Amino acid sequence: MAEAILEVRGLHKHYPLTRGILFKKQVGAVRAVDGVDFDLAAGETLGIVGESGCGKSTVAKMLVNLERPTSGEIRYKGEDISKLSPRALKAVRRNIQMVFQDPYTSLNPRMTVGDIIGEPYEIHPEVAPKGDRRRKVQDLLDVVGLNPEYINRYPHQFSGGQRQRIGIARGLALQPEIIVADEPVSALDVSVQAQVVNLLGNLQTEFSLSYVFIAHDLSIVRHISDRVGVMYLGRIVEIGTDAEIYEHPTHPYTQALLSAVPVPDPEARAHRERIILTGDVPSPADIPSGCRFRTRCWKAQERCTLEVPELAVPAVFRLTESPAKHDSACHFAEEKQVVPPEDDGEEPPSP
Amino acid sequence: MLLEVRDLHVEFHTRDGVAKAVNGVDYSVNAGETLAVLGESGSGKSVTAQAVMGILDIPPGKITQGEILFQGQDLLKLKEEERRKIRGAKMAMVFQDALSSLNPVVSVGDQLGEMFQVHKGMSRKDSRAKAVELMDRVRIPAAKERVGQYPHQFSGGMRQRIMIAMALALEPELIIADEPTTALDVTVQAQVMDLLAELQRELNMGLILITHDLGVVADVADKIAVMYAGRIVERAPVHEIYKAPAHPYTKGLLESIPRLDQKGQELYAIKGLPPNLLAIPPGCAFNPRCPLARDRCRTDVPPLYDVTESPVKRASACHFWKECLHG
Repeated sequence: MAEAILEVRGLHKHYPLTRGILFKKQVGAVRAVDGVDFDLAAGETLGIVGESGCGKSTVAKMLVNLERPTSGEIRYKGEDISKLSPRALKAVRRNIQMVFQDPYTSLNPRMTVGDIIGEPYEIHPEVAPKGDRRRKVQDLLDVVGLNPEYINRYPHQFSGGQRQRIGIARGLALQPEIIVADEPVSALDVSVQAQVVNLLGNLQTEFSLSYVFIAHDLSIVRHISDRVGVMYLGRIVEIGTDAEIYEHPTHPYTQALLSAVPVPDPEARAHRERIILTGDVPSPADIPSGCRFRTRCWKAQERCTLEVPELAVPAVFRLTESPAKHDSACHFAEEKQVVPPEDDGEEPPSP
Repeated sequence: MLLEVRDLHVEFHTRDGVAKAVNGVDYSVNAGETLAVLGESGSGKSVTAQAVMGILDIPPGKITQGEILFQGQDLLKLKEEERRKIRGAKMAMVFQDALSSLNPVVSVGDQLGEMFQVHKGMSRKDSRAKAVELMDRVRIPAAKERVGQYPHQFSGGMRQRIMIAMALALEPELIIADEPTTALDVTVQAQVMDLLAELQRELNMGLILITHDLGVVADVADKIAVMYAGRIVERAPVHEIYKAPAHPYTKGLLESIPRLDQKGQELYAIKGLPPNLLAIPPGCAFNPRCPLARDRCRTDVPPLYDVTESPVKRASACHFWKECLHG
């Protein structure tokens, strides 16, 4: 793997639960993120998948410093950004930008597109001197596939897909190295999703960006990611390359998640085994002891209540050369194929 | 035939002009059958369903033409009181967003029980017992203890089960489910979809499943109607449509979704944007985005051609469906 541009170690975010008005007493904590580690290499895309409430968006917010971690480190080129002085932080922030989920609420309705995309230059004037800004913004519009003449329009004059392009242009304005995208296409129509996913792919090559791509849609994550981390209740339970995770998952949660994805192919439905989990995700304020997935896991045994499984290569695979040899936080990890391997069957018809 | 929609037209009168939301839709569902209506936002899929249920806001909406035959009876000719007797008892709807469809200040037991009090004249006590029975049926654990709880005390998946329970309460013959699992997580989505399919089989109901998700459709539907700009552009049994789409829009949709089992390079993207309903393009509404479009497509509105080539009946609203199907 290339050199890591971002290293996340032991990241926690706990929100205190308090009781009382005058004399606030902490009675517990919502452990939204509860020990997350990963590396992001320059130029790669790390996908993070998980269901609602698993903490993936909180991780995103901490990466761009919109939330301060309770503990843990986020090292950008070796420097922990959660402990920088405000001045040093400002410089680092330029290099880590975010694209938000909802293109309807993340753009100020009273600002023109030109002002929205150009606003980052107010904070970092060194990137574009004043006289140069309008041209820069027009270039950005062009880069994301919008007509540069639209610079004076307002967000309501655009469709959802176009607005997301505006959000992406704003993210690119400061020429960052890392873009954290939190569910960037989930609010869009199917036919428009593909356009935006392709755009993100092209921009990555053009500007050699690294992406942290957060989504709940496993198919899109596979499409765009080099490596994928699966989160459950505030922790990464399995992480590896896309083929390792999708074709050789070893954690039961990943297997269940993958098997539950509806595949747009009625023929495939016959030969797929579905693992349907029972129950709901436990509350992050009351996380089960030991393995946090055990309450919904069909393999759970006594050891799972007592011992927290570490995110590491499981002992059974340590000496093998199999693709199942990747980090998985399960005491009883075993490989199970739930997604048929690639190039199995005919190619889809081309347009 | 349980339900037959014939040549339905719906428009909305807005400040900016007349939005033609539904422009001649025909579809039908039999008892025990699942019809999936597939389309993007603005395709008219939900408006059609609202017209069938009789919950369309009129005005601004207006049904300008067409028939909705339910067990042979044209619903559009009925008085509101008569329709109210059908709604809930004979046809029911499951909405997308359970949290905003349920009343937050009434317990779920009372909301479920209300169905029996209003339609069957049951007492409060009896209707409560019925509510518990229904909650058991949709597999809500500890139904007896939870019947007095409020919607916010349930998780998203459980709330959607309550919506399903409410729709099933009077054992209707037709259920319309508008994006029933879109707001749910994948693992919960699978549970809810399975439950819906199972109950449908058990009660031999007709089911209209409205969705934008091609994956969900493949798992449960018998036949599909694809909508675009207020029209059905393709209609076929589920296997045929995935194997060989006969309309360029369907084909584009199928190719533009990333697949879990394939890591592609560039995704195929349908160019352009869905049309503005205030100004639907002349000719075929899909022509500005279509790779096959030629002059004829810009002037002639394509009818829904019969494109049956095998024993199964199917239809496509494309002048060049042969090219699409074989090329």
